[in-house]
Amino acid sequence: MIKVEGLSKRYARNLAVDNISFEVGKGEIVGFLGPNGAGKTTTMRILTCFMPPSSGKASVAGFDTLEQPMEVKRRIGYLPETPPLYPDMAVREYLEFVGKLKGLPAKDISRRVDEVMDRCAVADMRSRLIGKLSKGYRQRVGLAQAILHNPEVLILDEPTSGLDPKQISETRELISSLAGDHTIILSTHILSEIEHSCDKVIIISRGKVVATDTVKNLNSRMKGAESVVVEVGAPVGVETGQIKQLFEQMAGVSRVVLRDSAEGRHSFEIEGLRDASVRGEVARAVVHAGWDLTELRPQGFSLEDIFLELTASEKKSAGGVTVQ
Amino acid sequence: MRNTLTICGKEVKSYFNSPIAYLLLTMVAVLFGYFLFIYTQFFVVNGMRSQMQGQSQPMNVNEMAIVPALNTAAVIILFLIPMISMRLFAEENRQGTMELLLTSPVRDWEIVLGKWMGSMVMYSALLAVSMLGVALLFNYGTPDWRPLAAAYLGMLLQGGCLLAIGTFISTTTKNQIVAAGATFAVCLLLWVLDSVSQFQQAAWAKGIAYLSVLSHLEPFLRGVIDSKDVIFYLTMIFLGLFLTTRSLESLRWRS
Repeated sequence: MIKVEGLSKRYARNLAVDNISFEVGKGEIVGFLGPNGAGKTTTMRILTCFMPPSSGKASVAGFDTLEQPMEVKRRIGYLPETPPLYPDMAVREYLEFVGKLKGLPAKDISRRVDEVMDRCAVADMRSRLIGKLSKGYRQRVGLAQAILHNPEVLILDEPTSGLDPKQISETRELISSLAGDHTIILSTHILSEIEHSCDKVIIISRGKVVATDTVKNLNSRMKGAESVVVEVGAPVGVETGQIKQLFEQMAGVSRVVLRDSAEGRHSFEIEGLRDASVRGEVARAVVHAGWDLTELRPQGFSLEDIFLELTASEKKSAGGVTVQ
Repeated sequence: MRNTLTICGKEVKSYFNSPIAYLLLTMVAVLFGYFLFIYTQFFVVNGMRSQMQGQSQPMNVNEMAIVPALNTAAVIILFLIPMISMRLFAEENRQGTMELLLTSPVRDWEIVLGKWMGSMVMYSALLAVSMLGVALLFNYGTPDWRPLAAAYLGMLLQGGCLLAIGTFISTTTKNQIVAAGATFAVCLLLWVLDSVSQFQQAAWAKGIAYLSVLSHLEPFLRGVIDSKDVIFYLTMIFLGLFLTTRSLESLRWRS
């Protein structure tokens, strides 16, 4: 449904999105997770044809965002970070305006507006001026605006920000109820939100995709199977692939990922099968091959961990800048 | 076209939902009413004087009262144009509603045209208020309506041209005050450009003077509809709206 290939966006000085690629299938709910300023909003703005990418391609429902923006826009409902509301309009008036703008047939608008007002629980404020609404109501009017024309794809930028806990759970339910016939991308920096509503997670940091997986997989990684980080010191001439192959051939190993490789030090992340301990096996194999085992630590692999790691590294680099 | 009308309708509503429309209408009613009163008074006094002196030369209410009043109205309107156009895009930029417009299945030029048309409706309402005053004169005299129609056509065209420029300027900023200030400066400049031809007869001076919106309005106020003036205004309107569309496009690349 959504396909992003090698997408980059460069602002005057910095690279906001750096060569990211991902795909979202029909009916999936995908969570965009990342610290503030990671490039989530930029990616969403490219997908919604608000801005063109600097390079790369993005397509929605088979239509390219640059070449057929009208077709893409017709199929997308978008809730930006700040809901795009006119404070001097009443809720109903605003939704009717959006309905016309989105090209709904005139005879359907009134019915459809009533529907979404009920669905987003803003019907009791129908004739109130938007400028006089509370943050929670505004957010929900924004959501109503996004689903008004029943789009195939929904792009929601932090849909639950500014809501109270009750409203958050209501909004989550609403989003879950939209799943199936809608493909949804939602961005957030709140982890529990992803675990609640999403099938798949795309974690981005500083413009790059650092992990893509299903929530299920991530959870099972977090709970059951052991995952270890190994750093191997090997003499010059030993290929990374050679080491990787060694690990991959071991019994009980399900996945080996190269993390880093520099100056004879190669760092891998090894995932064992459920209930199989691979740590001892890995240590023996490395020593047996005549290499140095410079690091071996179990990895508690959770969304939280990845996220904290990302934010921590971000803080470090930010600190570096201020020192200069 | 439907999209354009949707946006135009929204603009008109938002003028009348905010105090701005009523402020502008009141300003025109008061200021234009005042000047019209002054000029009519002048006409009446002169008329009485010429009668008392026994030399009843023909006096024309169009020439002596209405045209000077409309001339003044054109100046008043010059001050009001920035107040009409400043919010068009600057407000959307500030509120973040630009994201809604630019991600809806609407073409950039439809947005631009819709907004400009909305501002034209507001502007026409101001002209209509000034017409009320003129209409009163028909009650007491017999002004010729044809030069009046020409004058209003001219003011409409001139307003359209200045509003198109104002619309363009409004896309470049989030700040309505900045938009209004810049628009006023440009309008004023275009207004006074023709004075250069008073001192210079060279081709470049004539070229500059040609760009003056005022020099193209004068024939209309005298009741002359010259196609070259109409074409001048239409070209300027087209140019302004074209630049606005391009500016909107560049907004996508910049933001």
